[in-house]
Amino acid sequence: MLKRQFLAAAGAAALSAVLAGPSFAQAQKLRIGVEGNYPPFSMIAPDGKLGGFDIDIANTICAQMKAECSFVQQEFDGMIPALNAKKFDLIVASMTITDARKKQVDFSDPYYDVPSRFVAKAGAFPDHSPASLKGKTIVVLRNSPRAAYLAENYKESTVVLAGKETEVYMELAVGRADIGFGSSVVSGEAFLKKPEGKGYAQLGPAIRIGAGSGVGIAVRKDDEALRTKINAALAALKGNGEYKKLADKYFDFDVSGS
Amino acid sequence: MIDWALIAESLPAYWKGLQVSLILMAICVSASFLLSVPLAIARVSPNPWLAKPVFLYTYVIRGTPLLVQLYMIYFGLAQFEWLRESAAWPLFRNAWFCAWLAFALNSTAYTTEILAGALRQTPNGELEAARSLGLSTASIYRRILLPSAIRRALPQYGNELVMVMHATSIASAVTIVELTRTARDVYYNSLAPLEAFGMVAVFYFVITFTLVGIVKLLEGRFLKHLRPKSADIRPTEMTPA
Repeated sequence: MLKRQFLAAAGAAALSAVLAGPSFAQAQKLRIGVEGNYPPFSMIAPDGKLGGFDIDIANTICAQMKAECSFVQQEFDGMIPALNAKKFDLIVASMTITDARKKQVDFSDPYYDVPSRFVAKAGAFPDHSPASLKGKTIVVLRNSPRAAYLAENYKESTVVLAGKETEVYMELAVGRADIGFGSSVVSGEAFLKKPEGKGYAQLGPAIRIGAGSGVGIAVRKDDEALRTKINAALAALKGNGEYKKLADKYFDFDVSGS
Repeated sequence: MIDWALIAESLPAYWKGLQVSLILMAICVSASFLLSVPLAIARVSPNPWLAKPVFLYTYVIRGTPLLVQLYMIYFGLAQFEWLRESAAWPLFRNAWFCAWLAFALNSTAYTTEILAGALRQTPNGELEAARSLGLSTASIYRRILLPSAIRRALPQYGNELVMVMHATSIASAVTIVELTRTARDVYYNSLAPLEAFGMVAVFYFVITFTLVGIVKLLEGRFLKHLRPKSADIRPTEMTPA
C-alpha cells in the first residue's frame, strides 16, 4: 500500500516536471504552408528541396522573428482550409489578398505585388478583349482570383481550371488551351524563358485584380499576435535592405508593391 | 450545427458532378466489358502467343497505380511532338478522352483477370459434354464457357464496378469536375468540411448501394441454380432435450 502511494507520488512529480517544461524561453515553433508549384516564387527542385522567393522570404521573416520554422507543402486550393484546421500556422504561398479570402483568414501587409497577364502564341490574338476570346479556351489556376475574374468577365469563353499554376502553362504549351491567364512573373520567368515557351508571348496590359491589394501572408483569424509580429518583421526587413537584397536575387524590377 | 442552407445551395453543383461521374463510369465500364471478353479468352488460351501478351498487359496495369496511368496518358503522352501533330491529337487534347482511356484500360485489366479466372473454373464435365455433342470451339465458347463464366464472375464483377465508380474521383486531377472535385470546391468556398464531404459521401453511398443491389438482383436471377433449395436449408424444429 505504502509502496503504491510512493509510486503514484513519484509519477505525479515526473509528470508535472514534463508539463512545466524547461524554464528558459524557447523559440516559437511555426509551421508554414507553402505550395511548391509557382516558380519562381515557390518551387520544388528535382532533389525535392523547396525553394523560391516565398520560401526565402518566409525563412528571413522567421529569422527576424526568432522563430523556428518548418514547411508543409499543400495544394493551393486546400491552403485556407488547412490553415484553419491548424495543419500549419501561416500561409506563405503567393496568396493574393482578396475580400473573399479576408472573410476566412487575416492577411499581413503585402510582401509583394505583381499583376496578372494573358499568355498565348505570339500573334494568335489581336487583343485580350472578351470579344476576341469568344469561344476560345482559357486556362487558369483553379479557385484563384484570376479564375473568378474570368468567370465574371469572359462568360463566352471556355475556362479550363488547372490545379497548379505550372499546369496552366503545361496545358497551354501542349495546346489544350488557346490562351492562358496567370501571374505575369510566373509566365515571364518560368514559362517564356524556357524551351516550352518558345513562340509564346504575353498579351495585353498587366491586369491588377482587386486593385493593388498585393500578396500577403495569411494567418488564422484569432492569431492577431502572429500577424502583428509578421508585419513588424516585414517592415524591419524592408527598412534594413534585406528585402531588396532577397528580391534582387529573383527579379530585375521592383516587386515590393510599395 | 449542420448548415442545411449550404447543402441546399450546393445541390445543383453536386447534381452536375454526379452526372459527370456516372457518365464517366458508364463509358468506362462498357468499354472495359467489351474488351475484356476477347482478352480473357486469349488469356486462358493454350497458345502462348495469345496468352502471354495479355498476361503482360494485365500485369503491368495491375502493378501500377491508376493515378500514374492517368498522368502518363494526359501529361506524359502530350509531351511528344509527333503525337501533338498526329491525327489522334484532337482526342488526346480532350481531358475526357484521356480519363476514359486510362480508366477503361485499367478496368479492362482487372475484368480480364476476373473473367479468365471464371473461365478456368469451368467444370471439366461441361466441356466434355459439349465436345461429345460435336460442338465447335466457337460455339462451345459462345454457348457453354462464356455464359457460365460470366455468371460465376458476377459477384467479383460487382466489386469491380464499385471500384471503377470510386476511381472516377481521380478524374479531377485532369480538370474534369466530377463529384469529388465538386465537394472540394464547395469545401474551398465554404470551409465546411462536414457538409461538403458528408454530402459527397452520401452520393457515393447511394450509387454504390444501387450498384450492389443491381448485381445482387442479377445474381439472384442468373445464379439461381447454385442456391440451396429452400426446403433443404430450413432448420428443423429444435426439440428441447
